[in-house]
Amino acid sequence: MDLSSINPVLLLASLIVAATPILVAAIGELVVERAGVLNLGVEGMMITGAICGFAVAVETGSPALGFLAAAAGGAALSGLFAALTQFALANQVASGLALTLFGLGLSSLMGQGYVGVKPPATPRLDIPLLGDIPVLGRVVFGHDLVVYLGLALVVVVWAWLKFTRAGLVLRAVGENHDAAHALGYKVVRLRLLAIGFGGACAGLGGAYISLVRVPQWTEGMTAGAGWIALALVVFASWKPGRVLLGAWLFGGVTVLQLNLQAAGIAIPVEYLSMSPYLITILVLVIMSADRSRAPASLGRIFHASG
Amino acid sequence: MNIKGLLAAAGLATGLATAAAAQDDPTKVGFIYVGPIGDGGWTYEHDKARLAVEEHFGDKVETVYQESVPEGADAERAITQMALQGADLIFTTSFGFMEPTLTVARKFPDVKFEHATGYKTLPNVSTYSARFYEGRAVQGHIAGKMTESDIIGYIASYPIPEVIRGINSAFVHAREANPDVEFKIIWAYTWFDPAKEADAATALIEQGADVILQHTDSTAPHAAAEKAGDVVTFGQASDMAEYKPFPRVSSIIDNWAPYYIDRVQAVMDGTWESQQVWHGIDEGMVEIGEITDAVPDEVKQEALALKESMASGEYHPFTGPLKKKDGSAWLAEGETASDETLLGMDFYVEGLEADIPQ
Repeated sequence: MDLSSINPVLLLASLIVAATPILVAAIGELVVERAGVLNLGVEGMMITGAICGFAVAVETGSPALGFLAAAAGGAALSGLFAALTQFALANQVASGLALTLFGLGLSSLMGQGYVGVKPPATPRLDIPLLGDIPVLGRVVFGHDLVVYLGLALVVVVWAWLKFTRAGLVLRAVGENHDAAHALGYKVVRLRLLAIGFGGACAGLGGAYISLVRVPQWTEGMTAGAGWIALALVVFASWKPGRVLLGAWLFGGVTVLQLNLQAAGIAIPVEYLSMSPYLITILVLVIMSADRSRAPASLGRIFHASG
Repeated sequence: MNIKGLLAAAGLATGLATAAAAQDDPTKVGFIYVGPIGDGGWTYEHDKARLAVEEHFGDKVETVYQESVPEGADAERAITQMALQGADLIFTTSFGFMEPTLTVARKFPDVKFEHATGYKTLPNVSTYSARFYEGRAVQGHIAGKMTESDIIGYIASYPIPEVIRGINSAFVHAREANPDVEFKIIWAYTWFDPAKEADAATALIEQGADVILQHTDSTAPHAAAEKAGDVVTFGQASDMAEYKPFPRVSSIIDNWAPYYIDRVQAVMDGTWESQQVWHGIDEGMVEIGEITDAVPDEVKQEALALKESMASGEYHPFTGPLKKKDGSAWLAEGETASDETLLGMDFYVEGLEADIPQ
């Protein structure tokens, strides 16, 4: 065992990278669920975003355009879910699961010509001076734009839900859509926007995997990240700050356990492998022991006649 | 015509078609894959062999496959479904399909099964595997010569004999090439998860490894190595040629096509019998992918000579004196490991520091 071979600075830096895809996808799903809609299709939207972003980045040579396309692709797929659940009033759980299956199939079809292709590199932001600060520079200022975008999203969503009138309306719709409707708020329109935002975020998270974290295209490459993002929202009791904490914990323990393994620490590998899931759930469950609960209208079908 | 009429007509047509086909029924061959065909590694090679079967037999065979079948209870359902669809021969292409294959085989005594990398057979179940450890010996030699930090990272999948054998073989030959070499091993507990494999490769690189060997199926570790700049990798199961000439400097390629064609032919001829085969470099089931110019010529020649000596049977990768990790004797001077020991290998050789997960 040689713990000195683990470099804490590099560890922190890779923690942030490992956490970004699930963080971005989870913050999008949080908004959707706060609006009272349960979209289980995160995995499908992530993988669709992953291939959309990858394909566009390869064709245009621009990762930025790729990320835009990924958000558009994720949002487009979520449009299908929105049409099914908001207009056809289909069951949300079934529609979400179908969306995941559809997204996985669609992405492998779209990705046929992109197996083994290398995407253009996403540049790290090189902030002069700040990036040169020892330790802090590498950990805090040495990332690509999407990492900061993810963090900004958390802050913006938190502030928007807490302090703005629109955020309050969204929460009202999620808590009691009949009452919100009676007050004259456009329940369906608001939910459509929320679902679209969630889809765009999931797509962005997926593209982060295919363009930065791995970076290449392989079928099924999100490998369950969407489900982890979904679980994270629940265990974080629908609070943006806790989603961030959960994502970092999960990403952090994932990276740490690999490093511990490589350093040859004497903890059985099975425990190390399950540790990200266990620790994240444990911490978030303990934290949610307060009175926080799910939005009351979550997963219920709304029809203006009702 | 209403819907019912249409359905009846369709049913009639299908019936006629079946009757017509019965006279010259193509042999139906099923394939169960553990990953997606597009993994660029293990499953990709099995599917290449499936296509080779189709090309070889033309109209005489019909192939069906299912990809990304999880190892475990779900596999049983997938294999049963394939048997019910009328497959005459089913290849189940991952170690974890062993028990499900046996369970289904007992229910369908007329269907033949071929299970890859397993060790249990039935009158209608054969096993086949490749001596990947021969390829690992060549990799280990190149790795030992190429490393400058003397740290070699190894991304392992599951602690099963096949994987442990690969680690031991690579280690023995890396040590022979460079006595200071040290292995850092990460168990990914997956055959295919690009994000996890990339993370594992990154963790190994951050801890000083400048050569990465992998026993997982995606090309993600190559991408991570490429990002790092000066890290050597090897193609696993497939050539992974898109990362040539660097970081990928060589590869182990699994060539299943000749074996699959052989076995389909045996089913057609009615000569199929349960057997256990284990082919290596000699039979062509294990191929060494092009060693690129990033490897010094001298090392390349040594590696090729090593490959030749294994192909001719003159050298066995596990030749004594070798000790087990706990220091107990395993092989005496000049003694070679028996297939039985290798098939059940559950120990590291001396020099490896970590423990095998139980």
